[in-house]
Amino acid sequence: MFTIQDYVVPGTLEEAYRILTAKRNNTILGGCGFLRLGSQRIGTAIDLTNLNLNFIEEYDQVIEIGAMTTFRDLETSPLLKGYFNGLLPQAVKHIVGVQLRNIVTVGGTVYSRYGFSDLITALLSLEAEVELFKTGRVSLENFLENASEKDILVKVIIPKTAKKAVFNSMRNSQSDYAIVNVAVSKEGDRWLLVAGARPHRAKIARKASLFLANSSLSSEDIEHAANLAISELTFGSNMRASQKYRETVCKVLLKRAIGEVLACK
Amino acid sequence: MQIKVTINEKMMELEAPYDEFLMDTLRRYGFLSVKKGCNTGSCGLCTVWLDGKPVLSCSVLSVRVNGRNITTIEGVQKEAREFADFLVKEGADQCGFCSPGFIMTVLAMKRELSNPTEEDIIHYLTGNLCRCTGYQGQLRAIKKYLGVV
Ligand SMILES: Cc1cc2nc3c(=O)[nH]c(=O)nc-3n(C[C@H](O)[C@H](O)[C@H](O)COP(=O)(O)OP(=O)(O)OC[C@H]3O[C@@H](n4cnc5c(N)ncnc54)[C@H](O)[C@@H]3O)c2cc1C
Ligand code: FES
Ligand code: FES
Repeated sequence: MFTIQDYVVPGTLEEAYRILTAKRNNTILGGCGFLRLGSQRIGTAIDLTNLNLNFIEEYDQVIEIGAMTTFRDLETSPLLKGYFNGLLPQAVKHIVGVQLRNIVTVGGTVYSRYGFSDLITALLSLEAEVELFKTGRVSLENFLENASEKDILVKVIIPKTAKKAVFNSMRNSQSDYAIVNVAVSKEGDRWLLVAGARPHRAKIARKASLFLANSSLSSEDIEHAANLAISELTFGSNMRASQKYRETVCKVLLKRAIGEVLACK
Repeated sequence: MQIKVTINEKMMELEAPYDEFLMDTLRRYGFLSVKKGCNTGSCGLCTVWLDGKPVLSCSVLSVRVNGRNITTIEGVQKEAREFADFLVKEGADQCGFCSPGFIMTVLAMKRELSNPTEEDIIHYLTGNLCRCTGYQGQLRAIKKYLGVV
């Protein structure tokens, strides 16, 4: 059973971090969407509500999204609808329903590096960075690949590029988890092909992305890039789909997404 | 922990353990319209409004609503009844267990979206499960209620 012994609402990140690291079972609360499904016995639950981490801000070079920002905030943000062809709103809009999206947070999701995550796949294609309280700023790609010590995710930082981008996913039924999701971005000649929910964590298909950048983007080239992506990434089976099925679907989603990016204004 | 909450425009002081979720607290204090359909964040039956926004009360810790505003269907009875009439006329109410959560989501949608298309309506209401019906009656009722037929 999920239990909480003590509950605090710290006034500073320093204090939150000190409490977090004081005891092994002290835990940060995101939206609790996932926490509550587990059987964690939490010592002190740390609520970040008073740290003003619910924001989507635009600066000269970057867009910053605070850890406590909800998925519904991402989905309805006029700013995010206007960038990258609305990639981020697109990526979260199929997650369960409005009422869940009004609760679950960017911080809880990105920090947890869920394999099934739709948001992480999209953020990777934008070359986002994460800011952690103790570790500091690291690329999301790096964060996903390297285990780290207990920390607090403060915000996600997205470079304000002219990327055109598309997110696609396949679900067995609406509001279920994706059996595979992809995001494709393009800035000038630079392409990034990303696939997640394989069911492993999202990853950039580097070889395929590079091949596409140096190709003439003919339909054979796109086919080849999708094939390269499938062979360089690993896929697995679980109750939702088999490895083979995921590979087949992923290839189609990637090809479609590349086509859609090419058609983007 | 003791929390002060405004529920349906009435200030209340509630007692809730740190690990209790809002749905259970509300039901303990007699708000029995709030239903528990799944307890895993997947069905929408436990929907209430938190500061005017629809949320799953099974997934919100009660201690976190300290100082905030909750609305349950008891707080919007007149509007709920109006919409329920449309549901009845379309034969979209069967066992009715899903109705309170569903109606709270529809009324929230009415406040948030202007002139929604069928696609907008379906998108907003995805995640509200009903195991008796096929959703078509509800969709007809909503369109008539919102006047977007
Ligand atoms: C029924 C259901 C269906 C879902 N379907 C999908 C789906 O289809 N696609 C998808 O992408 N996602 C899906 N999700 C996951 C959801 O989008 C969130 O990723 C998930 O709920 C975690 O976010 P949270 O805010 O609820 O975090 P919590 O559950 O509160 O926390 C998760 C973990 O992160 C830690 N944490 C929280 N915030 C921070 C922080 N700032 N710094 C450090 N650690 C932190 C917590 O201690 C905890 O260990 C689903 C969730 C549910 C409940
Ligand atoms: S009981 Fe809350 S979503 Fe089902
Ligand atoms: S009418 Fe029975 S669950 Fe919806």
